[in-house]
Amino acid sequence: MTEQTDFVEIRHAQKSFGTLEVLKDINLTVRRGQIVGIIGSSGSGKSTLLRAINDLDPLTGGEIWLDGVQVNKKLPHRQYEKHINAMRQQVGMVFQHFNLFPHMTARENVTMAPMLLKKISREEADALAREQLDKVGMLNRIDYYPSQLSGGQKQRVAIARALAMKPKLMLFDEATSALDPELVEEVNMVMKQLAEEHMTMIIVTHEMDFAASVCDRVLFMDKGVVVEEGPPEVLFRNPAKERTREFLRKHLEGAK
Amino acid sequence: MGLDFSIVPKYMDIILLGCAWTIGITVAAALLSFVGGIVFAVIALFSPWIIRQPFRLLEWVFMGTPLLLQLFLIYFGLVQIGIDLPAFVAGIIGLGLHFAVYNSELIQTAILAVDKGQMEAARTLGLSRGEALRKVVIPQAVRDVIPPIGNNMIALLKDSALVSVIGVSELTLSAQRVIGKTYRPFEFYILAAAFYYVINLGMEWVQRRIERRISISR
Ligand SMILES: Nc1ncnc2c1ncn2[C@@H]1O[C@H](COP(=O)(O)OP(=O)(O)O)[C@@H](O)[C@H]1O
Ligand SMILES: [Mg+2]
Repeated sequence: MTEQTDFVEIRHAQKSFGTLEVLKDINLTVRRGQIVGIIGSSGSGKSTLLRAINDLDPLTGGEIWLDGVQVNKKLPHRQYEKHINAMRQQVGMVFQHFNLFPHMTARENVTMAPMLLKKISREEADALAREQLDKVGMLNRIDYYPSQLSGGQKQRVAIARALAMKPKLMLFDEATSALDPELVEEVNMVMKQLAEEHMTMIIVTHEMDFAASVCDRVLFMDKGVVVEEGPPEVLFRNPAKERTREFLRKHLEGAK
Repeated sequence: MGLDFSIVPKYMDIILLGCAWTIGITVAAALLSFVGGIVFAVIALFSPWIIRQPFRLLEWVFMGTPLLLQLFLIYFGLVQIGIDLPAFVAGIIGLGLHFAVYNSELIQTAILAVDKGQMEAARTLGLSRGEALRKVVIPQAVRDVIPPIGNNMIALLKDSALVSVIGVSELTLSAQRVIGKTYRPFEFYILAAAFYYVINLGMEWVQRRIERRISISR
């Protein structure tokens, strides 16, 4: 099992909400440092898959492994809670609507979890906040509240907040979809920078150009299945499946 | 016998002492009702059935019966089972718990209204549900209900006059005592009313300051 397991491994993932089957036998492996993009029309199950990885939406079938440890392993309730909180600390998540804590400054948003969970001192927390906010170009807004920031700035603080837990894996769920067009680039820049630092990332996006430029591999999902996957230059330029072609064609028309 | 406020200064010290008691009891009961309101809200929303059900009964008692009766019960009733509280402590507990139940209703609604994404963001960072509630959800819920809680606290100030019936010399009882000596009800009731009004203004001022401070962080 240990010899060359993939960093993230999703095996036969199945998820139903009541009678609605949202994920149907999904398999996905991500190697350390790899960047995987997920595209697909709304309702195809992209968010559900991403949220299953850190157990926000627990799977109803299948397994998720991270760095040799099964995320959704069967444990008694108490133990499972401990286990899942520890797993989540290793996985950063960035949401479409930022979900910054409005009652905390940028600094407090970044330091709250590390101070609480890793028991770092105030001095260490301060250095951490500066380091992470500087990384996303938000050091000059360190004592601002979310309500005083633009959408792009909020999202950059949200990325800093996730990075402050030093995650092994970052999940992005349409991180730029809620932003005004002119604010998209500043967030994409931060994600590109993470890519250069070889952060392992799974990125749900509807920006094909961005996916093509940062991802090593792109998955096209439709109705709860992975229809096709491959390197972006193949998937975007020369897709094998008719459903992929149709999606890309529609998307291209929509973008015009 | 016309109005004559010239005798007021002679009894001013008694009235001011009454004022001090009213302020002290109101502030202490307000703090109790605030902290109690948060605790009650968490119990009502998140505790297991075995704790929640008896708690519901307690809540019903505090909401469904007169505050006056509750004060009598705490002050005179508890003595019978060996709990002999000073009158002002009984008053603070009675007022505090009574209004804690009302605050709890507000805070419960506010907790449920906090965006679900807040809990999710906290959980993805690795916080337990309890930690997420304490650090993220409840602080926001409490901020959202500062204005209506402020209204409850004004009501609490007015109801603090009820503790006079268990013998706490707060503002109303002090005025009555002075009137007993001077036979000047009009002057001293007016004076007491004026002091209630001033305390009221003070509370509204504090509330506005708190609201201004938190307006940026929501
Ligand atoms: N909590 C939920 N309860 C019921 N249905 C859900 C829930 N979350 C998502 N769904 C449904 O699952 C399907 C996939 O949703 P989602 O993963 O959000 O798709 P995508 O992110 O690709 O737009 C949709 O039909 C959606 O309505
Ligand atoms: Mg989605």
